[in-house]
Amino acid sequence: MSDDDTPEFGASDAAPGDEGSQAGVATYLIGLGLAFLLTGVSFFIAQTHLVWGPSIPVALIVLAIAQMGVHLVFFLHITTGPDNANNVLALAFGVLIVLLLLTGSLWIMFHLNHNMMPMDQLMRMQR
Amino acid sequence: MPSKRIIVGYGFWIFLLSDIIMFSAFFASYAVLSDSTAGGPTGKQLFDLTNVGIETICLLLSSFTCGLASIGAQRKSSPMFQTAMAATFVLGAIFVSLEIREFAGLAARGAGPAKSAFLTAFFTLVGCHGLHVTAGLMWLLTMMAQVLAKGYRPDILRRVMCFSLFWHALDIIWVALFSVVYLIGAGQ
Repeated sequence: MSDDDTPEFGASDAAPGDEGSQAGVATYLIGLGLAFLLTGVSFFIAQTHLVWGPSIPVALIVLAIAQMGVHLVFFLHITTGPDNANNVLALAFGVLIVLLLLTGSLWIMFHLNHNMMPMDQLMRMQR
Repeated sequence: MPSKRIIVGYGFWIFLLSDIIMFSAFFASYAVLSDSTAGGPTGKQLFDLTNVGIETICLLLSSFTCGLASIGAQRKSSPMFQTAMAATFVLGAIFVSLEIREFAGLAARGAGPAKSAFLTAFFTLVGCHGLHVTAGLMWLLTMMAQVLAKGYRPDILRRVMCFSLFWHALDIIWVALFSVVYLIGAGQ
């Protein structure tokens, strides 16, 4: 195997945001259309009564993640191609840290709130 | 050897990811504190989704015009580049002014950042994004002036590329923001 498969910097790398061969307005137009579609669905779902209430936050988060994917692919031109391996690896590490931060904070704080005595009782005991 | 453009773009990409990690810390604190209204108003009572919708449309369109500007820069076409950058500036400025108006309205209703932990977290998170957009607007004007004065030199084109990465990343953060803060907040 040649060195082409290893993710190290070479002439075959692409900078994030640079579209491989030909930069086209079409890519941005598709991205804009998809982004507007997903945004529209988000705003619709948030205000409608057609959907079962408790499912709405989950649906909104899923739609937001989908729209971030659309932005990454069509606006930032992050692809799965070999020239993008370094960009994707950095992105994956960033996403890992973001997930650790969010789930860790929420998990710990939820349990703290759950285990803590209600504030008014605590105040009464300190008196 | 990789070109300097690739190395600069990659370095700026790393910076953007670190910026997104900083925002995720603000998101985490907002999520933790969003119920701590201290008897004050909740998000459901405060958020105006029409305003947020207009802000979102502005920012999405500005991401598109920013993409057109980077195509214009690659083609070294000044009419395309300068017009698209100007459109991006106008849309970004509308976004910032709508956000300032919203913040001023909240403060006037007694729902300033000092009212409750929820509002502190809200103003920190949304305000931090607004400050990023404001800084981006100044960077945008600088890039228009530099292209005008110095032309499409490789170093100027690298700066234009970093600017467009920054602008698109701000749009991604706004997607998380309007979904998590405004839409989920208004539903609860």
